[in-house]
Amino acid sequence: MELTRREFLKICSASAVGAGLSQMYIPELVQAMEEAAAKKPPVIWLQGANCTGCVVSLINTAHPTISEVLLKIISLEYQSNIMAAAGELAFSHMEMIAERAKGEFFILMEGAVPTKDNGIYCTVGERNGKEVSVLELLNEIGPKAKAIVAVGDCAAFGGIPAGKPNPTGCKPVSEIVKGVPIINIQGCPPHPDWVLGTIVHVLLFGLPELDDKARPKLFFGETVHQNCPNYSYFQEGKMAKKFGDKGCLIELGCKGPMAMSDCPLRKWNSGVNWCIGVGSPCIGCSSDTFPDGMSPFYSALPQDKRPKKDSEIV
Amino acid sequence: MATTKIVIDPVTRIEGHLKITCEVDNGKITDAYSSGTLWRGIEVILKGRDPRDAGQITQRICGVCPMAHGTASILCLDDAFKVTVPDNGRIIRNLLLGSNHLQSHILHFYHLAALDYVTGPDVAPFVPRYKGDYRLPKKLNDQYVAHYLQALEMRKKAHEMLAVFGGKMPPQITMVVGGVTVTPSVDKMASFLWRLREIAAFVNDVYIPDVMGVAEVYSDYKNIGKGCGNLLSYGAFPQDSAGKEKLFKSGRYTKERVLSFDPNKITEDVKYSWYKDGTSGKKPSEGITEPEAEKASGYTWLKAPRYEGQPYEVGPLARMWVNGDYRQGISVIDRHAARALEAKKLAEVMEGWLLQLKPGQPAYAETKVPDSGEGMGLTEGARGALGHWIKISGKKIENYQAVVPTTWNAGPRDDKGVRGPIEEALVGTPIVDEDNPLEIVRIIRSFDPCIACAVHLIKPSGEMKRFRVV
Repeated sequence: MELTRREFLKICSASAVGAGLSQMYIPELVQAMEEAAAKKPPVIWLQGANCTGCVVSLINTAHPTISEVLLKIISLEYQSNIMAAAGELAFSHMEMIAERAKGEFFILMEGAVPTKDNGIYCTVGERNGKEVSVLELLNEIGPKAKAIVAVGDCAAFGGIPAGKPNPTGCKPVSEIVKGVPIINIQGCPPHPDWVLGTIVHVLLFGLPELDDKARPKLFFGETVHQNCPNYSYFQEGKMAKKFGDKGCLIELGCKGPMAMSDCPLRKWNSGVNWCIGVGSPCIGCSSDTFPDGMSPFYSALPQDKRPKKDSEIV
Repeated sequence: MATTKIVIDPVTRIEGHLKITCEVDNGKITDAYSSGTLWRGIEVILKGRDPRDAGQITQRICGVCPMAHGTASILCLDDAFKVTVPDNGRIIRNLLLGSNHLQSHILHFYHLAALDYVTGPDVAPFVPRYKGDYRLPKKLNDQYVAHYLQALEMRKKAHEMLAVFGGKMPPQITMVVGGVTVTPSVDKMASFLWRLREIAAFVNDVYIPDVMGVAEVYSDYKNIGKGCGNLLSYGAFPQDSAGKEKLFKSGRYTKERVLSFDPNKITEDVKYSWYKDGTSGKKPSEGITEPEAEKASGYTWLKAPRYEGQPYEVGPLARMWVNGDYRQGISVIDRHAARALEAKKLAEVMEGWLLQLKPGQPAYAETKVPDSGEGMGLTEGARGALGHWIKISGKKIENYQAVVPTTWNAGPRDDKGVRGPIEEALVGTPIVDEDNPLEIVRIIRSFDPCIACAVHLIKPSGEMKRFRVV
């Protein structure tokens, strides 16, 4: 394999000019992935209290395309939105894979885990005529996985269904499964590059470097504010007063100073655009505290939570 | 011969957590039960928040239909805030919703439904699969597989097109009370236009012929899965600022007549849902939902919406029928055909809308959160009629309710015991092989159910202790 880990990290890093998984076709990366995937690791995609937004975001991946991901990189053994099988045929196949590939398969988990009343608020299949909750299923197969990627705010930190007052007692994966490596990919939903970059890192080089919240530092190391194209407006004190105005959007509620992501550099939907690109404040969906820590979305951050301008730093 | 029970749990290649139970007698379905199996309580989460947050939070009801919820929610807020949206804002909102309809319809046919008719490659996630009735000759089958992959790129392009004005997808970020945050510019219009043309060509040259191909080979499905036979559309895509003229009219079809629609005639029954019987028959705007998880008659988290007490099917077929654009029949095949023809119609009109935009002109009217107010937002998601209702007091959300497409389609029996549309569509269908019930999943998927949408806007005020008795 020609590609070094260092080179791979450079490719993944959106701050490399014009790069990013989605923006660039890297022959070495493609080759490395295909070699790694000759073994095609089995992947089980579980869904708890979810909305399927993470799946829809993931299939928007530009490079590799989702067809390449499905046919060449992983063996997606269970994914309820895509798979051919249904019902018992699907469910028993998943259980079989979890047993046969014990210690070898990966779980990609979308959605939080309702825990109130023994998890009855989300059942995902049936066994011997009895419904199986996602809580029960995760407790059963979670410890058998090689690693779990918690995809999106809900699986990683609780997200929307855990928003106040958390009616169904939703918890993140890391509070349910212990003893297995868990990687948290935040975002509501996450950018496809964040998910695939992490998967490819795990396949080629093992676990990526994680921060204290188990997030890959590669994607979540800086705030939206730091790399925002409106940063100079902020420094000048030129603030938009209503939507459509030029200027920094902080008075309109922008949570860019609190959100950790590389959105301003990577952009979304094959690099077409991003939130601030259409004059909308960032609502901070890439955060371990979304939604409650970012709500109300359209009210300005209080002065004590705002970043300092260069001129204010003494 | 004894009655046997077929349980499909989970129903896959839909959005969300759905279970279907069918009773089969002498090779024919004699009864059916549709059960939504996830509940999150999103409107409980909305309560007490800044009303403007609803436009973003309700998009997270469903990652497949965020545009629909975003639209219903923002119309509902416009109504409560009493703001008139500038033409640019109205047109951009229509373009966003239209883009997602295109994305959703392509996704539905190729990636959710097609594998019921087409044999995929022999690798995961295309295996395992039900065995049996796949009728396409190999050459044609291979062509569908190639189109499955091509369609993945096309639906992605539809989301790129949406992101031109929407910022990103899913979910979009630009819609706010009073309009959109983006100001249209010529470069954005061009970027949108050429993507739209490419998608329109795919719809005309690939999607429609492929649907016609399936309709021909599986022509018996023109007589399978009719359901209740009533069709309802709230209307969508306003063509003027007052919303009087719409691309799709509101209305309903019942007993061979197209009639007008009045939102005050919608009620929701709960006898067969896990909610207290005393809360049955309420209008959505006055909806009370008190769970009663031990209820022996309950089998789902979905309620049973009714119009003048009758079940109604919603979706592209209902819209196209009420509008007079498609009146071939009501069946599995007709649902796919109407969906594809709607995609064609939308792709054509959207180009005209785009060119009505006035570059550099405002797309947003300033507005403030009212102390109190009420609002209603009705639109049509890709999957059908969608309504949101809000009550504001003290500048906060006091109550939020919605009745969504899949609640209409996949809801349970009503208080009189009349089945919901999907349940009814299943009854009477012959099943060739109970171990490989392709007939059942073909019928269910023709409705394009979306369960995260259907089971969410319910307000529990007590503890839920037990649940399902099927």
